[in-house]
Amino acid sequence: MLNAFVAKAAATPSLLLPQLPDLIWGTLAFVIVLVVVVWKVVPRLNAALDARADAIEGGLKRAEEAQAGAQEALERYNSQLAEARAAAAGIRDQAREDAKRIRAELVEQAQAEAARVLTSAQAQIEAERQGALVSLRAEVGAIAIDLASGVIGESLNDKRSNDIVDRFLADLEASEAAAAKAKA
Amino acid sequence: MLIRLLVVVVLVLFLWLGSRRMTLVPSRGQAAFEFVTGFVRNNIVIGTLGQKDGKRFMPILMTIFFVTLGMNLTGVIPGLQIAGTSVIGLPLIMAVIAYALFIYAGVRKFGGRYFKNALILPGLNPIMAAFLAILELLSTFILRPITLCLRLLMNMVAGHMLLVLCFAATDFFFFTVLAGGNPLGLLGVGTFAFGIAFTLLELFVAALQAYVITILAAIYIQMALAEEH
Repeated sequence: MLNAFVAKAAATPSLLLPQLPDLIWGTLAFVIVLVVVVWKVVPRLNAALDARADAIEGGLKRAEEAQAGAQEALERYNSQLAEARAAAAGIRDQAREDAKRIRAELVEQAQAEAARVLTSAQAQIEAERQGALVSLRAEVGAIAIDLASGVIGESLNDKRSNDIVDRFLADLEASEAAAAKAKA
Repeated sequence: MLIRLLVVVVLVLFLWLGSRRMTLVPSRGQAAFEFVTGFVRNNIVIGTLGQKDGKRFMPILMTIFFVTLGMNLTGVIPGLQIAGTSVIGLPLIMAVIAYALFIYAGVRKFGGRYFKNALILPGLNPIMAAFLAILELLSTFILRPITLCLRLLMNMVAGHMLLVLCFAATDFFFFTVLAGGNPLGLLGVGTFAFGIAFTLLELFVAALQAYVITILAAIYIQMALAEEH
């Protein structure tokens, strides 16, 4: 019976003891697949994945560069804008200064002109007053002589009449001066 | 053996055609292909090993994943119905490859010092160190490949057994018991439903075990590459 058991165990292949063809074919199968994997699959897979990673990284990098460029342009525009604003403010200030200066000049000119006109007018008035005074003196003298001649009924000769007129006028002037002095 | 050759042909076709036209903007098929390969590449390999070492070990880890996945899936494909990995040959090959890989990675980086680093913990008294060295030797250099192999094998064997059990029972209930006039044969409906459920479970387990063996191999490599404890 023991012999029969042993014989049966030997006939059915053991679960744990490998058989030579099994090992040979299994190894062959493994090697064939390994060759394909080494030769084709891994290089292709790595190439494809690397290319994709490159593409994604390149895309990201390009986007970053574009963003940096846009940022730079924005900063440039902003600085230009600020410069333009500063220039405009400068121009405005300048214009205000100019206007003030021009106005001051005009006022000064006008004042000078007014002063000149006033001076010349005063001079003219003075001249006319002098002229009037001289002619008045002559006419007043003549009228006074005529009047006096009428009153006393005879004509005064020239020499005397002139003396009288002169004396009268001198008295008149002296009394005026005294009155002015008293007023002062 | 025919199943394996078929799997190899299908895998080669899938990988070849899938990677034939890789464009910058993926088509639908390429997106699906990239989802699977990208999952292995990024989540398992690069996620564990980092960019540099990940690229070094990428092809072989990817192969481990796809061969295991393909062989596992044959367990639920109608007409094949047996996983290529439910015979010890393939799991053993995978385990040996993973074993060789992490020892190679460690020796390549540290030379002979790798074994010393792996076994001896610094800063312990000699007795403890010797004790732990024996434990490390067991766990790292003896148990790792065995567990890798047996985990995959037993998952697939158990799944296969469950499916066989369910479908054989269904067959028995319907064509022997029910055909013999016994209404107890209607139990076959239940066993068939279980068969369907376990088929779905097997699909999941197939993918899970492929993931597990690949990420464990990656982790073993990472531990071998790590600086001293």
